[in-house]
Amino acid sequence: MTIINVNGEKRELGDIPDDTPLLWVLRDQLGLTGTKYGCGVSECGVCTVHLDGEAVQSCVTTVGEVGDSLVTTIEGLSEDGTHPVQNAWREHGVPQCGYCQVGQMMMAAALLKANASPTDEEIENEMWNICRCGTYPRIRAAIKTAAKEMQK
Amino acid sequence: MSNPFNKDMSRRGFLSSISTGSLVLMARVSQAEDDVAVAVVEEGSVPTFDPDLFVSIARDGVVTITAHRSEMGTGIRTGLPRVVADELEADWSKVVIEQAVGDKRLGSQNTDGSNSVRHFFQRMRVAGATARTMLEQAAAEIWNVEPTECHGRNHRVVHAESGKSLGYGDLVEAASKLDIPASDTLRMKPASEWRYIGKDAPITDLDAILTGKAEYGIDARMENQLYAVIARPPVVGGKLKTLESADTLAVEGVQHVIEIEGYQGAPVFQPLGGVAVCADSTWAAWQGRDLLKVSWDDGPNGEYDTEVFAADLAEAAKRPGKVWRNNGDAMATIANSAAVQNADYSVPHLAHASMETPCAVADVKVESGKVVSCVLKAATQNPQAVQQAVAAALAIPEAEVIVHVTLLGSGFGRKSKPDYCVEAALLSLKLQRPVHVTWTREDDIQHDYYHTMSHVHLEASVGEDGLPTAWLQRAAFPSISSLFSAGSENAAGFEVEMGLQDLPYDVPHIRVESGKAKASTRIGWLRSVNHIPHNFAVSSFADELAHHAGRDPLEYLLALLGEDRLLDMKAAGLSNRGASAEEYPYDIGRLKHVTRRVAEMADWQRAGELPKGRGLGIASCRSFLGYTGHVVEVEIDQKGKLQIPKVWVALDAGVIVSPDRVLAQVEGAASMAATIALHGKISFTKGRVNQSNFDDYRIATMSDSPREVVAELVKSDAPPAGVGETPVPSFAPALCNAIFAATGKRIRSLPLADHDLSWS
Repeated sequence: MTIINVNGEKRELGDIPDDTPLLWVLRDQLGLTGTKYGCGVSECGVCTVHLDGEAVQSCVTTVGEVGDSLVTTIEGLSEDGTHPVQNAWREHGVPQCGYCQVGQMMMAAALLKANASPTDEEIENEMWNICRCGTYPRIRAAIKTAAKEMQK
Repeated sequence: MSNPFNKDMSRRGFLSSISTGSLVLMARVSQAEDDVAVAVVEEGSVPTFDPDLFVSIARDGVVTITAHRSEMGTGIRTGLPRVVADELEADWSKVVIEQAVGDKRLGSQNTDGSNSVRHFFQRMRVAGATARTMLEQAAAEIWNVEPTECHGRNHRVVHAESGKSLGYGDLVEAASKLDIPASDTLRMKPASEWRYIGKDAPITDLDAILTGKAEYGIDARMENQLYAVIARPPVVGGKLKTLESADTLAVEGVQHVIEIEGYQGAPVFQPLGGVAVCADSTWAAWQGRDLLKVSWDDGPNGEYDTEVFAADLAEAAKRPGKVWRNNGDAMATIANSAAVQNADYSVPHLAHASMETPCAVADVKVESGKVVSCVLKAATQNPQAVQQAVAAALAIPEAEVIVHVTLLGSGFGRKSKPDYCVEAALLSLKLQRPVHVTWTREDDIQHDYYHTMSHVHLEASVGEDGLPTAWLQRAAFPSISSLFSAGSENAAGFEVEMGLQDLPYDVPHIRVESGKAKASTRIGWLRSVNHIPHNFAVSSFADELAHHAGRDPLEYLLALLGEDRLLDMKAAGLSNRGASAEEYPYDIGRLKHVTRRVAEMADWQRAGELPKGRGLGIASCRSFLGYTGHVVEVEIDQKGKLQIPKVWVALDAGVIVSPDRVLAQVEGAASMAATIALHGKISFTKGRVNQSNFDDYRIATMSDSPREVVAELVKSDAPPAGVGETPVPSFAPALCNAIFAATGKRIRSLPLADHDLSWS
């Protein structure tokens, strides 16, 4: 029996192979469809979740690797959608189609946890996620707004 | 006008948010522009709704507005309902938006071609004004005053003189008994009184997106569904030869391995065929798919090689072809000139690579051995095309195909082609249970409807001032028409018109031709379509001529555009996207204005003074009836590393409904066009696509996209034009013109990844 801790809850997964990607467990088995599929090879960042507070790509993270670590998905980032990153995304009207934005926000939240006031260059280096709608300028601006909010 | 209320119960699910037994007033707009009507549901009766409804008001005052176009990031699911709400004078906080199922009585739902606001702005205003007028008349009757003295204001009808007012919900019963006013008798609000049009509001799905609750096609679920991943023939038109599936069936969770037949005749929107693996989860299906042992007969496209084809296209573009526009005598003028410039430009195939791959779930119902209906949930730009394609595949009437439209994780034209929906329907038919089809990224990159591959040859004779006296354009590219007509090698008029035949320059002799080109893969439309290669060629060539003449590119471009005037579209043979020349003239003055304005924004005067390695480039064009000017700034180090610190864009698209959403698309278009220019290339060898995922089909990220995009919307009272695609075409030539200014290197083929930009 595999058990993982997602958003503060222990979830029983039954007997599943250790090499099953976390992404598909979250989406198909646990019904947490907020985490999206984009490439399956950690090239786009769409499926980003937190493992013990750090950003990982769930498409290449196996349930075996998760072990006892705490998984946080967008459904658990905040109770009511008011994490400073979500607020900043709202304020800047970041999403167009919105599909990649969950991964972008999870990446940004992890970035700001590790680095309270990132420079433009640090934001560019860390935020390698792909957005096909091209919302990058607003993502950059929203991260700065969220950083200020988190420093208050 | 007759009351169109329709007792047909087959359209279940439509406007499901309206509670049983409520009294509602409904205005409809159908395909005929003036056919606006109101239907009434009697209190206590079971609501039966005609799907032509765009607005209804319940007795509690809640207004339900139908969104019939697909939301893929443009904000249309919010924008068009706000147009209705504005004319209705509805309180936006009391508005509920319902996504329509596919139904041709709604008018076109093909969310494509940057048409949504252009085609439906006026119809939505009429729908809102019809409902408001009836509420005003109802109040007038109750108060025994003239209807003209009663005005809808923010969800109430007000009689100014007496100070009386009634809420919309309280007027529904009386209003529902009135005749429907003819649309030409409606009192429309003047633009000065618009409360939502031209004002920003958060998109209706914002909170759902930010909390992960938004439902896309990949998230759509039906009870008892299986998950399918499909192995398709690596070459378009290929057929399955041998199949061994023992290893696949041994994968935990895999339930079925099912063959899907390939297409007959032209590809259109039929499945490519192949072998589907259906399982308890996407991952099990995917693993099973990878363990299939299959061999394929490649069929007629097995030798397709884009390196060879590029040379064929270059040859075809040099030969005389079909003449699309012939003003004066360009051939003789060029033949008799001693000063002739020429250049060739090419752009490779591109893939849509929408962030969400194509996905759909289908449930086919069979009764007594006969297929009776199919319900789908799909990320589709065109639910009516889904109805048609699925109905044809299942041999049932289109009306029995119910298509629920989810949000789209972008589309760019890919999701107006419903082959993936047909795949889901055929699998559900076979298994008698719902089946969800997910395309992997590899499937998406390797089995797309690709943007065409093209070659444009340009020639101009120039006078002493350096301006052209004659201009010849010859293009060769496989046509989208090959998708619908097998073997078609001829360009379609709408393709040539996008960026070639619509040449705006003031040149006495103009000739536009296209050569034959065979399609060896599925060719489809991608955001801004043929404008991509054509405007790259035309706007680059204009810049080349400017440099040849020793003139400033901006000053030369304005001279080339000539006097402010309306282009003679008849003489140029333009269809103008079906729009009339009166309503949507080709206004050179507006094109010059965005050109000048964007140059001002970018402080163009400094262009000639920048040090080597830095440069500004300019380009402008009219596309999708809107006008865009781009200035791109580049920084290129001596090793050839390119950065785009800033881009300026001026867009004139007439009346704008949602300014912030338009600005967002203009900003985003710079990034998408940067991907095209920097990286975009799909190549084929032995009929197979060489790229497979984002590692080899690269998308611009934050670090190589333009760092800053300064966009401005030109204020205009002109009818709304397209905005989604309009700011794409002029970016790539402006970028390449900037690269020339910075380094002296002229880029005539994309992508830039194929070029060495180093300088010394």
